[in-house]
Amino acid sequence: GSSPLVVLLNYIQLKISPFFSPRQGAAAVVSARTYADFTTQATFEIKKCDIHKLDEAPATQVVMTRDEGLKYYRVMQTIRRMELKADQLYKQKIIRGFCHLYDGQEACAVGIEAGINLTDHLITAYRAHGYTYTRGGTVKEIMAELTGRRGGIAKGKGGSMHMYTKNFYGGNGIVGAQVPLGAGVALACQYQGNNELSVSLYGDGAANQGQIFETYNMAALWKLPAIFICENNRYGMGTSVERSAASTDYYKRGDYIPGLRVDGMDVLCVREATKFAADHCRSGKGPMLMELQTYRYHGHSMSDPGVSYRTREEIQEVRGKSDPISLLKDRMLSNNMASVEELKEIDVSVRKEIEDAAQFATTDPEPPLEELCNHIFYNDADLEVRGTNPWTTLKSVS
Amino acid sequence: MAAAARFFVRGARSKLPISGVVPGPRSSFAAALLKLSPGSSSRTQRRHAAHFTFQADPEPTQYGPTTKMNMFQSVTSALDHTLASDPTAVIFGEDVAFGGVFRCTVGLRDKYGKDRVFNTPLCEQGIVGFGIGAAVAGATAIAEIQFADYIYPAFDQIVNEAAKYRYRSGNLFDCGSLTIRAPWGCVGHGSLYHSQSPEAFFAHCPGIKVVIPRSPVQAKGLLLSCIADQNPCIFFEPKILYRAAVEQVPVESYTIPLSQAEVLQEGSDVTLVAWGTQIHVLREVANMAQEKLGVSCELIDLQTILPWDVETVCKSVVKTGRLVISHEAPITGGFAAEISSTVQVSVCHRCVRTQRVSMRVY
Repeated sequence: GSSPLVVLLNYIQLKISPFFSPRQGAAAVVSARTYADFTTQATFEIKKCDIHKLDEAPATQVVMTRDEGLKYYRVMQTIRRMELKADQLYKQKIIRGFCHLYDGQEACAVGIEAGINLTDHLITAYRAHGYTYTRGGTVKEIMAELTGRRGGIAKGKGGSMHMYTKNFYGGNGIVGAQVPLGAGVALACQYQGNNELSVSLYGDGAANQGQIFETYNMAALWKLPAIFICENNRYGMGTSVERSAASTDYYKRGDYIPGLRVDGMDVLCVREATKFAADHCRSGKGPMLMELQTYRYHGHSMSDPGVSYRTREEIQEVRGKSDPISLLKDRMLSNNMASVEELKEIDVSVRKEIEDAAQFATTDPEPPLEELCNHIFYNDADLEVRGTNPWTTLKSVS
Repeated sequence: MAAAARFFVRGARSKLPISGVVPGPRSSFAAALLKLSPGSSSRTQRRHAAHFTFQADPEPTQYGPTTKMNMFQSVTSALDHTLASDPTAVIFGEDVAFGGVFRCTVGLRDKYGKDRVFNTPLCEQGIVGFGIGAAVAGATAIAEIQFADYIYPAFDQIVNEAAKYRYRSGNLFDCGSLTIRAPWGCVGHGSLYHSQSPEAFFAHCPGIKVVIPRSPVQAKGLLLSCIADQNPCIFFEPKILYRAAVEQVPVESYTIPLSQAEVLQEGSDVTLVAWGTQIHVLREVANMAQEKLGVSCELIDLQTILPWDVETVCKSVVKTGRLVISHEAPITGGFAAEISSTVQVSVCHRCVRTQRVSMRVY
């Protein structure tokens, strides 16, 4: 709250200086006028996590500052609009191939990133656009990679499923194969003693892969600083979790690895749980497993309408009651942490960023044919690669 | 002679003029193509994917009445016959219950029950291991791997368990009633993990059979043969042909023998060998060679990769003296290497020249 004097000053100013712009104010108290209206931080009650082999759970009373809230809002909104734009471009056949969209699950990517540092490491499967963004990729690079252009984050040669950036190891097409990789990264962190950790994500479908359990064993045996996160969006492609898993308590599947079940639609819940897990790992206690209960609005990929194995009512219900962006927006508005106009401005700015990126992604040229064979092997000099027939070779530079 | 090959090329015409490929010392493929292609337009970036035209075989008359079917329907028909005639037959894999991602098992669960057509969780190693066990215990197990690209977690089970079961148990046990089906090959937009042709990896393993059909009629007959065969079989189905290939397919059950290559077209100057989708490419090649070069090609569909029909291919090469083998998989260590070296060894080498053309570099 503002002091009575400030309130009086503001009132007088409002009444007698209609042309006075708050932003150009000479007096410090006047230029702080807009921000003094808002609460700088508030405490929120979040859902308690279910715990497995743990004595305590993450906090249920958490503090979020206005700046944090605006940042989460902006990032989630960017991911949302970017995915919807990708949907549009795919339907226009400007994006081809496979495209797995993340809308609905934004709170997971944003919450996790809020709980770790950019110097930590993260790996996920193919629903990777959101993570590419939170890990530092730009919307432009991501969209250009979707359209397969040279400005893409993987030079246009990876596509939707193969996006990478610093400390983000993709972007992996084969289900479950990324999890042992993530444990390997955790081993490297432990070996180098840099206090970093590795976050390995996988879905409810992948949770039934044998290599996941092999990884749990290695990580626990060697106390690796690894956080395993199962993004349970209830459906592995078209198969519901009940029909594919003997146990749908994915957070318990690590058996001897402590686990948390988290509300994946609440960015603060995800953040708190991630922080809790990160502390556990960094203190040398070994790996931790988190199950984020989340939901995807789109089908498995762009070739799946997403309504043959679930009802439209179900999708609508989640959108209406649990949408992560709406949840955050309601929290901020009802706690006077932002104004409707301010959030609208963010929306407009995000839309513009996406439009510009889409424009770039549509007009940037494809990678040149000379690059077709680059990076097959690492080699000092240019490598000659056998062509498709005995008389041709191609050049491979790496 | 240079076999015309289709390439994934953007901006260039899909047919490569014969004169554009320079024989002799290494020429830059990229440069050759860039010369041929008109300036790239950035507005309408149309993709030119691999091009081929499916050519249907004449309607077979020896198997009874026929009906129009595409390749996935012919697979469904084969599976339907199997479930009807063999009470121990079961079909399982990811998403097979609702019909499968390529609709190969549509209607089977409703017709035969959920204990015979059922989904497995996402675990290829588990699917094949489970299939081996079911087959050893006496069931006719038909396992589906959703894409051949995903078969590698099951590689150990196939190579170490399935292939060697009969041998290591001195014929006490076997998993001969196991058949593994997987969609195979280029589809245009599949990229790294929905386009692979892994037959060469499995060709290196005695004890299993590897079969690849070129058309719906072949698919149904060869699949029924694989299921009946008392050895574990891997049946790769060219995914691009599922819808694109339409033929008059016999309604009844019939088998096409394994390990017998089929001479599709007789010729005198050069033998062309391929399997799967590439047969249709080579059919066009044979026509082009005849028209433009006056060269008479003998075209052979290998059908069974392992064990392959050495005799038919060698006999043909003895006649023509020249052999070109073409496949989608990468050229190094591709199955063409095996055919090429066997033919060179078996047929008097002064009489034979062989070449290999693949669809993948390296």
